[in-house]
Amino acid sequence: MKQINKFSMSIPSKSANEAFARVTVAAFAAQLDPTLEEISDIKTAVSEAVTNCIVHAYPDSIGTIYITGEIIEDNVVKLKIRDRGCGIENVKQAMEPLFTTGGTERAGLGFAVMQSFMDYVRVSSKKGKGTSVILKKKISDK
Amino acid sequence: MKINSTGEVLTVYLEGEIDHHSAKSIREEIDTAVEFNMPSLLILDFSGVTFMDSSGIGLVMGRFKTLQKSGAKLNLSNLPPNIYKVMKLAGIDRLANIDKGA
Ligand SMILES: Nc1ncnc2c1ncn2[C@@H]1O[C@H](COP(=O)(O)OP(=O)(O)OP(=O)(O)O)[C@@H](O)[C@H]1O
Ligand SMILES: [Mg+2]
Repeated sequence: MKQINKFSMSIPSKSANEAFARVTVAAFAAQLDPTLEEISDIKTAVSEAVTNCIVHAYPDSIGTIYITGEIIEDNVVKLKIRDRGCGIENVKQAMEPLFTTGGTERAGLGFAVMQSFMDYVRVSSKKGKGTSVILKKKISDK
Repeated sequence: MKINSTGEVLTVYLEGEIDHHSAKSIREEIDTAVEFNMPSLLILDFSGVTFMDSSGIGLVMGRFKTLQKSGAKLNLSNLPPNIYKVMKLAGIDRLANIDKGA
């Protein structure tokens, strides 16, 4: 896959960085001239993945969240959100809509939102090692 | 955040971005107002909301459950298109009355 542009950043898992992360990714994706809806979809998906690192991966400590973005062929933005937190025992179960370990204030819909708003979602995780989420979205030709 | 109570109806005008970072204080403000006013209808007005992710869904579902205990109803009004898209995905339209913004 030809890489046309890229960025990477790492941020501490503080909730104030949720907005920072999604706005930064949106600014990166802006070079593909996305519609307002496409930008909103990307921001929402990134917010889900980053929030999961903060809430689930590092529940009682501040860890590091690693985010990379690439622009690849065919107007596709590819993002990776990775943590070195607690990991997910059963990824398939975690991705089921409404599944949550987060108690009553969480809907269990973060992965469902990512899947609905992006074209590609892949989650790999190892218990005790961390989780990585890869997201891709093709930006429409105008 | 503006809150308006007229007897049975409590209206909360949400503002800005609803994510995990902001949800806690929004939740506390809504819950305090609900406990104090004991409305039979809570209207959450989203016209001033610019961003919402699944933390907002959790917020709405949580309020729905508390209202349900006292038999009160929930309305979501003036949803911008991006917010409506998230609510729709979550099936919130089966729990609460939703009206989209203009
Ligand atoms: N980065 C992560 N590290 C560890 N566990 C995770 C991670 N991301 C998700 N999970 C697990 O997967 C479950 C489902 O995640 P999802 O985002 O779909 O729902 P949620 O975060 O529980 O609720 P919501 O996103 O609706 O607020 C989480 O409850 C958690 O158990
Ligand atoms: Mg989540």
